[in-house]
Amino acid sequence: MAEMKTAAYICKGCELGSRLDAASLVKIATKEGKMNLVREHDFLCSADGVALIKNDIDNEGVTHVAICACSRRAKTEAFNFPANAVSRGNLREGVIWIRPDTDAARETTQEMAEDYVRMACAEVKAMKVPEGNQNTGGVKTLLVVGGGISGMTAALEASKAGYKVVLVEKTGALGGMTAKLYKRIPTREPFKAPEDNGIADLVAQIEADANIKVYLNATLAKTSGAPGRFKVEIAVESGSVATEDVGAIVQATGFTPYDMNKLPHLGGGQANVVDQAGLEALAKAANGGPIKRADGKEVKSVVFVQCAGQRDTSGEHLQYCSGHCCNTSIKQAMYFKDSNPDIDTVVLFTDLRTPGNGEDFYRSAQNKGVIFSKGVVSNVSANGGGCKVKFKDLILNEETETDADLVVLATGMVPTSGPDLDALSEATRAAEGGDEAAKEQVVQMKSKSVLNLDYRQGPDIPQFKHGFNDSHFICFPYETRRTAMYAAGPVRRPMDTVQAVEDATGAAMKAIQAMENAGLGKAAHPRAGDLSFPTARLEGCTQCKRCTVECPFGAIDEDEKRFPLFNESRCRRCGTCMGACPVRVISFENYSVNTVGAQIKAVDIPDEFSEKPRVLILACENDAYPALDMAGMNRYEYDAFVRVIPVRCLGSVNTIWITDALNSGYDGVMLMGCKHGEEYQCHFVKGSELGRYRMSKVYDTLKGMNLEEERLMDLEVAITDIETLPKKINDYAAKIVAMGASPFKGL
Amino acid sequence: MTVATNQTILVVGGGISGMTAALEAAETGKHVVLVEKNPYLGGRTAQLYRYFPKMCHPTCGLEINLRRLKANPRIQVLTMAEVTGISGTKGDYTVNLKTAPRFVNENCTACGECAKAVSGEIDDAFNYKLGKIKVAYLPHAMAYPQRYVLDPAILGTADADKAKAACKYNAIDLEQKEESVSLKAGAIVWATGWQPYNAENITPYRYGEFPNVITNVEFERLADPHGPTGGKILRPSDGKEAKNIAFIQCAGSRDENHLRHCSRFCCMGSLKQTHYVQEKYGDEGKSTIYYIDIRAIDRFEDFYAKVKANPNVSFVKSKVARISEDKDGNPVCWGVNTEGYVRYSNPHDMVVLAVGMEPSVKGVDIPAEVMADSSGFIMADPANAGIFGAGCATNALDVNRAVQSATAAALRAIQVVNKVARAEA
Repeated sequence: MAEMKTAAYICKGCELGSRLDAASLVKIATKEGKMNLVREHDFLCSADGVALIKNDIDNEGVTHVAICACSRRAKTEAFNFPANAVSRGNLREGVIWIRPDTDAARETTQEMAEDYVRMACAEVKAMKVPEGNQNTGGVKTLLVVGGGISGMTAALEASKAGYKVVLVEKTGALGGMTAKLYKRIPTREPFKAPEDNGIADLVAQIEADANIKVYLNATLAKTSGAPGRFKVEIAVESGSVATEDVGAIVQATGFTPYDMNKLPHLGGGQANVVDQAGLEALAKAANGGPIKRADGKEVKSVVFVQCAGQRDTSGEHLQYCSGHCCNTSIKQAMYFKDSNPDIDTVVLFTDLRTPGNGEDFYRSAQNKGVIFSKGVVSNVSANGGGCKVKFKDLILNEETETDADLVVLATGMVPTSGPDLDALSEATRAAEGGDEAAKEQVVQMKSKSVLNLDYRQGPDIPQFKHGFNDSHFICFPYETRRTAMYAAGPVRRPMDTVQAVEDATGAAMKAIQAMENAGLGKAAHPRAGDLSFPTARLEGCTQCKRCTVECPFGAIDEDEKRFPLFNESRCRRCGTCMGACPVRVISFENYSVNTVGAQIKAVDIPDEFSEKPRVLILACENDAYPALDMAGMNRYEYDAFVRVIPVRCLGSVNTIWITDALNSGYDGVMLMGCKHGEEYQCHFVKGSELGRYRMSKVYDTLKGMNLEEERLMDLEVAITDIETLPKKINDYAAKIVAMGASPFKGL
Repeated sequence: MTVATNQTILVVGGGISGMTAALEAAETGKHVVLVEKNPYLGGRTAQLYRYFPKMCHPTCGLEINLRRLKANPRIQVLTMAEVTGISGTKGDYTVNLKTAPRFVNENCTACGECAKAVSGEIDDAFNYKLGKIKVAYLPHAMAYPQRYVLDPAILGTADADKAKAACKYNAIDLEQKEESVSLKAGAIVWATGWQPYNAENITPYRYGEFPNVITNVEFERLADPHGPTGGKILRPSDGKEAKNIAFIQCAGSRDENHLRHCSRFCCMGSLKQTHYVQEKYGDEGKSTIYYIDIRAIDRFEDFYAKVKANPNVSFVKSKVARISEDKDGNPVCWGVNTEGYVRYSNPHDMVVLAVGMEPSVKGVDIPAEVMADSSGFIMADPANAGIFGAGCATNALDVNRAVQSATAAALRAIQVVNKVARAEA
């Protein structure tokens, strides 16, 4: 690599030139920042300004660029020099826009700007250009687990984009639950009648597709490696084990119907009571003719009980709604009405849920004479040759009952998502402590594993609510906490076949993208394309395992010598490992203990008599930093004593930054990160939570330093806190002023 | 200059679906042109205060998506642009676009001096015309591209000269004209999103006539601290705090006279909005939801259960028959509670109509042959293999499902351009 040559650019546009003493900034960049080249410009983001920088890079050998102008969120494209290390000193949104243009404020505003110039120079000198590791594996074969409609769709869609696919199905045939349907709910206009289940066609397409290799009667015995270089051992029922190299995984393992035997009060387990899957079997056997019960009797009256064991508030059954069951019961009622309009078909429901065009399907059923009645069923019992259904009619507000030859229970979907990793790790801890029952439990739980990952953090994808492998992010529905593994279909979220097809196509998209980027050494969402990755100076490592335990994405294993083993293509570049490391041996090329530490040290700390306290703000770049920026855009003022450094995530904050800051005379430190807990907002899932946990330990250190607890403040910030954040900063600064200068100043 | 080939994916619509489709494709290495009619990206999600069920802020995800976009040189964004025609076939389309003048060029630093200099005002479209903005404006704090816009109304006024004089960067170009552009594309993702059903069509609800009858999308802006009332829920008629609020579900949806489909998001939307009332007014805020069925599907049921447990929220199973106005300007809801058949005439401080979703550009208006259902949503068409619907252009979807749909659409587009690439290799 070429020798480092640094350059700082001081912009004088957007009133920076009139509000600030640019000559002084240039001097600081030269003398204190020790930049090899310092230039000022009246309008740096203009074509002319950018050309100036470009020329310095091309012809002056500049490698490291500190741009002291606007926020890194502004003019990002103009100041894009991918082959160079670039830092941004935020003089506009971070200084002149949040300070009043008054003579009284001039001095402290200038000091603020000077510090940001010092920080930008210090940061860029500590940065390297990420080169990206392209040797992390370039396998571009997709593994699809599960051969139902979701899995088959994912396989076919990936193949159509030109990718090879390995499809592993547990049973002896493709088709899954959908193959067991007599018909499925309509997918097309006019949405009035059930359609063919479509499975035969999908199976034929798979069989004709040379890109797709199918393993039937097969499960995953072991999945090791990382995106772009997974190795999977596929255990086939016959006893043989095949090995395949794959780049990414779509888990489409579907669901099982909730066990109706758990619903004895609704007749679960009785004769003449079936669940929806049971009714499909009867309809399939009838094949358009009269539907007969198990005892051979033709059904003349049928009652559908919606939400059977679902939307349950008692805590005994499923809490959620499975989404598809209203349409499924409508479809099944049509099986009867289409074969014989005289059959009584009653659907008992509390809220009928037929979103979108399901409404046309619902109307069609009403036109066919299906009765929909708002009622809550309390009991289903045998009655003569059929069933008696007791229910509360919610319209007439009275208890009533009806008889039926057959009762269909709309039970919900239970995802086939493997063991819950939190429960498993708890049981494992107990088992390691010698608990015999826990040992048994661990074996039992592990036997349910779908992926059998050999990741340190457990054998499957962490689950979200109710056992589904869903994302917690509304804007990013496919995010899982295991890179290049995506859930599709009812294992991700309860859904019908139409949605499952869409969902599987999207999951295949994400998986393909993950494979492509793994091969280029690029990060997956949310830092998509980031070429930096963490490296550790192992000679300094104490094998404390904090990084391996805390990584929210299971990216780090331990090698045979118990050192952390980074799997770069699993890594999302959040820096949680860097924040966790007590001996500070983990860093990224362009984001390290040093890039932030150097900025902290660069700030000029006035002495204790100056009455100019300094408050360090470490702000999450995803939410808090943009909120501060927008405060600037709105010209909301805040205190001139703060110095803000954006961080990738609160999880990446190493406590050394805080103790170093306080030791070197900062009067206070504010941490600004995203919400954690159940409704967490952290884009790295656990980052802000782990960061906060770590910070709670710093309070002990403060005590040891004889510093007030208040000198560290941890603030939960949302991106919308545009007005409130300046006020919180000012309140904190006022508190710090009242508290008096840090005793560490000038030491 | 926009460079496009028949390996380019054209994404029409820069809301969350279009942005997602563009980003997913570009992050897989594809070249994308993203076309948006507004001067900014983000679409309707940028106009929401919070999302259900997390009650988090849409701008949080928008920030991530904008950062992805800024970091990705493979996406070219064209704002204030609309598609006027598509010709050709799968793998080889020619798309005609019309771009409206912004009167502000890329020199703009978003310093805001032009807005300071002018005095003329126009309706604030971003806030559903609930307020006014200057004729030189940044549509909202996170508008991308981060460049001001001059409304055409400024032309020929003194403000035009003032704005030009105030700009030190030669960014204001009053000579800009509407332009026609023609691009190549191999595949097209159509993600033009939705619009709220016109509530004026539901005549018994007197929207547009009674000022205190508003729509759910307007209510989002009222609740948003960055909205026209600074986040105060105030009645349009007299600025009084609206503490007793009615939410009328299926306003236009599930109705063959209006929208035949269920719009899916509106139940959850109103449940979410009861939180706004609670957030602003605590126990003094009362919400009443008039509904047919509460469609809180899958784990959203948890959210519904929480709202049901709130004593300040009541549920009335009824389709409101009509709304009148009492002498104090309170809208009064009339109807029959079907649970027990009880007649009611309930006055409220304000009524929020949970209006449904219809496609912004109906299938038949899309300038290419695309199949649509009877509501105008794009249907997957096996015969038409190069133009794909995404998000709410295809169905009434919530944000999460729209993003999921857009991700699927990105792959369908990639299939086409990969095939083109293989053929050309």
